[in-house]
Amino acid sequence: MARIEIDESRCKGCGICTIACPKKLITLCDKVNIQGYTPAEALNQEQCTGCALCAEICPDVAIIVFK
Amino acid sequence: MQQVFKRPQSLKDVQTHFCPGCNHGTIHRLVADALDLFGVQQTTIGVASVGCSVFLYGYFDVDVVEAPHGRAPAVATGVKRARPDRFVFTYQGDGDLAAIGTSEIIHAANRGEDITVIFVNNTTYGMTGGQMAPTTLVGQKTSTSPYGRNKAKDGSPIRMAELLAQLGGVAFSARVAVDSPKHLMDAKKQIREAFRFQVEGKGFSFVEVLSSCPTNWGVTPLEGNARVGAEMIPYFPLGIFKNQGNP
Amino acid sequence: MSKRLFVKGNEAAAMGAVEAGCRYYFGYPITPQSDIPEYLSREFPKLSGEFIQAESEVASINMLLGASACGVRAMTSSSSPGISLKQEGISYMAGAELPGVIINISRSGPGLGGIDASQADYFQSVKGGGHGGYHIPVLAPNSVQEMYDLTMHAFDLADLYRTPVMLLGDSVVGQMKEALVPNPRPVRDLPEKGWAVRGKGGAEQRVVKSLFLGDGELEAHNWRLHAKYQQMKEKECLSEEHDTADAALLVTAFGSLSRIAHTAVTMAREAGLKVGLFRPITLFPFPERALAEAAGRAGKVLVLELNTGQMVEDVRLSVGAGVQVSFYGRPPGAGSLPSPEELFEVIKKHYVQAPN
Repeated sequence: MARIEIDESRCKGCGICTIACPKKLITLCDKVNIQGYTPAEALNQEQCTGCALCAEICPDVAIIVFK
Repeated sequence: MQQVFKRPQSLKDVQTHFCPGCNHGTIHRLVADALDLFGVQQTTIGVASVGCSVFLYGYFDVDVVEAPHGRAPAVATGVKRARPDRFVFTYQGDGDLAAIGTSEIIHAANRGEDITVIFVNNTTYGMTGGQMAPTTLVGQKTSTSPYGRNKAKDGSPIRMAELLAQLGGVAFSARVAVDSPKHLMDAKKQIREAFRFQVEGKGFSFVEVLSSCPTNWGVTPLEGNARVGAEMIPYFPLGIFKNQGNP
Repeated sequence: MSKRLFVKGNEAAAMGAVEAGCRYYFGYPITPQSDIPEYLSREFPKLSGEFIQAESEVASINMLLGASACGVRAMTSSSSPGISLKQEGISYMAGAELPGVIINISRSGPGLGGIDASQADYFQSVKGGGHGGYHIPVLAPNSVQEMYDLTMHAFDLADLYRTPVMLLGDSVVGQMKEALVPNPRPVRDLPEKGWAVRGKGGAEQRVVKSLFLGDGELEAHNWRLHAKYQQMKEKECLSEEHDTADAALLVTAFGSLSRIAHTAVTMAREAGLKVGLFRPITLFPFPERALAEAAGRAGKVLVLELNTGQMVEDVRLSVGAGVQVSFYGRPPGAGSLPSPEELFEVIKKHYVQAPN
């Protein structure tokens, strides 16, 4: 059991995490954040392994990981 | 459940000015991670360069001296000679290090100054709006090479990691990338390795990090990272070109 | 009481730096100042100092910037073409308010020019030199003793005002040998360097920089620098006068030429002419008030320079409209150093007739 938290306000919606995630659990959402970007979200995290690759590669250090 | 990934302590909890998908943010975090790992945050003096990397002091919670364009290795030399007990690193882009600052980097490296240089190669001048850099690939269009870099007139892109590896004063020289999780984890390792050289007093260490510049390349962040893998790595091979510290 | 030594001006400057506590030197060879790095490359290792012969003038001024940012007393030295290369770093140091001493044993130009005594770099030294509209204190020694004393003074000024300071000489004061009394460094009350980078050590982050992008930030910074220059003008002007009390003609010259001018003024006095000599020692801040007073008494000023007229502009600004200012100069080059007799003739000419 693992999970991630995405700081929506820091995310610039680059989407790099969406392809870094081996389980493809992250997508960009439709709503616009305070910076004007569409941030990443991970609505269904049941398969998250806590590998932290999304967090490692995030240029904005907007993801933290729990395991 | 425990938190297994968090922001490094050496990295300030602030929003960066970097464009979406720019690899600078990732590279900043890897450098901060290494500062934390070796516990040198409180004894570090960073040297900022000119370009997108100029706001080093805004993001790293360490003391920082700002250097003129290209002169960071000379400034770092002065810092390290004055405070040899401090951890000293520069963080420079390709225009800064491989064009205007070529003399300073080569001679700081050749003297074997006990400093660490993080060199971000994104094949363009980012801050000034995407002009041709010494690392711009042949054929690559930039705002000052609108027909593509012409090898006959502009020369070939400089491979700094290999060039510096030839110098006697260099103890460690590597090229890494952060375009994919696999490359990123290796980049983390090599940046840590470079820092270890200085922490152990083993001499000049250098890590070239291939980086995307989606804004000036005119591509999306994902396309940018893909270009690093597809176009940059074939010309700028990843690897360790010198390692004089490991058994 | 210190003993008397017989040394070159360049060596005296290097000795002054050592006495001032400087232990960091970064430089690049260039005639006619190479005695300075040669001396320090010999002496610093004995004093646990750091000497680097850098790859360029550009690198040396930036090494100085880095060392100075750490709060240590550091210096570089060069000559005119090399000083041109250092201007970028000097501007950055002025912007970041970093102390540091730059010895300029200047030579003739423009371009590669020659190695002869020259005062053609007055403008470059006192009017900024690099970009951005800054000033640095400029000291102009005219003897071996002053090469020593003013180098020590330069380090104090640098720390006092957090600014680069230039010692401006030429091959005459750099290469000649004279008696030197190596006095101990004067004790001065200097501020703590609470701005120097040191590694945070758990305290507040320190940043040494000259980039100010916030709204109004750079303007405020420049006003603060301006206030500092005004303070220098109030407190740090240095000059020397000979026979000015009753002078009807005030000769003004600095550095090497002031020595020849002094001899010519003495010749004029022996010939019964009421001539005095005013010698600015600080070129920035320019000793405006002292000069205005002496010039006001004489009513007539003759400016002598080893160039085609640079300091004369500051003299005109200082003395105002009521005083006649004339100029005699020789552009630098081999054989252009005037003799005392030549200057005596010039003085005689300007003494009798209204100059123009």
